[in-house]
Amino acid sequence: MAFIDYYEVLGINKNAGAQDVKKAYRKLARKHHPDLNPDDKEAHKKFQQINEANEVLSDPEKRKKYDQYGKDWQHAEQFENAKQPSGGNYRSYTGGQQDGDFGDEDFSSFFSSMFGNQGHAKQAKYKGQDYNAELKLSLRDSYITQQQTLTVNGKNVRITIPAGVENGQVIKLKGYGAPGVNGGPAGDLYITFIINNDATMKRAGNDLFMDMEIDLYAAVLGGETTLDTLSGKLKLKINPGTQNGTKVRLKGKGFPVYKKEGQFGDLYVVFNVKLPVNLTEKQKELFSQLAALK
Amino acid sequence: MENNELVPVYSFCVTHKIELSFIESLQQYGLVEITTIEEQTYFNESQLSEVEKFVRLHYELDINFEGIEAIGHLLEKIKAMQARNLQLQNRLSLYEKKSGDF
Repeated sequence: MAFIDYYEVLGINKNAGAQDVKKAYRKLARKHHPDLNPDDKEAHKKFQQINEANEVLSDPEKRKKYDQYGKDWQHAEQFENAKQPSGGNYRSYTGGQQDGDFGDEDFSSFFSSMFGNQGHAKQAKYKGQDYNAELKLSLRDSYITQQQTLTVNGKNVRITIPAGVENGQVIKLKGYGAPGVNGGPAGDLYITFIINNDATMKRAGNDLFMDMEIDLYAAVLGGETTLDTLSGKLKLKINPGTQNGTKVRLKGKGFPVYKKEGQFGDLYVVFNVKLPVNLTEKQKELFSQLAALK
Repeated sequence: MENNELVPVYSFCVTHKIELSFIESLQQYGLVEITTIEEQTYFNESQLSEVEKFVRLHYELDINFEGIEAIGHLLEKIKAMQARNLQLQNRLSLYEKKSGDF
């Protein structure tokens, strides 16, 4: 456990007045506040340090104790035993359903060793810890809206997964995290969807891509084939003279657009022309005739 | 809209120890939608976390309403860009995979 220089954290000198502390805190808080830096763990950590420094330096009692013991903080416990604990009532980063509060690790061990936990714990209500979970779905599963029941800490949670959910997308289930501290609200459950590509089909945004093998004769003469798509079987016309690698777009036959009912991406079919092998003597003869006609 | 989905503005202000005029100002800036039922004002529960965020920005960081409005727009942009970034990462991974992929 290392000594933390709260003056350095706030970028002020030891003679700074209450207004200077407030000003420095506000300036840094505006930069690192979790509300302004969503999903930024570094900013969140930095803000905790700033908040802790402010908690101490804005409270005359705590600041006096910190200044008195400073680097000899290990003796703070003796100091505590000799005095009644002070009832700090600074309004720190607390609140109801905010996304950015700190949970169990809101103050450093250095802070706890000097001031204990009673100083702010009486006042502060903290949101419970957020839980994170992963839910794996196949491409076909995510094609249609479906309901699933998950068991989280013994509670059954029925969730609706809208069609078109993206790989890596996160949804928040409010109040399904750990219980709150000191009567604070429960944390949230964050579910990250992991969607594996299908063996025959690949997804890019709302578009789908698939390979289709056709034989040489269909490629040369044209014809019709049946595609097995996520929405069912689909007849597809092959134009005469279709080249290997030809890409055909089927508008509106792709993936559903997330939370936009009735809207779909496109399906791209790439034709792979399969050349005949193990030709019979007759076939070889016919190909030779064709070659001679060239 | 169900009544239990509405948050009474008065109760919210009492709980957070803020003035009613704060919510009125948010409404004027188009940052919250207020519903009046039998002379009582409410906002929808879906806006609760946003309104709480505005309270923190104003009272903890001393940011005025113009600033809150601008921050609100920028956070929306960040959210949209993060979603777009995720989409592009997924698309990129499609091209990065070897053998048999497009």
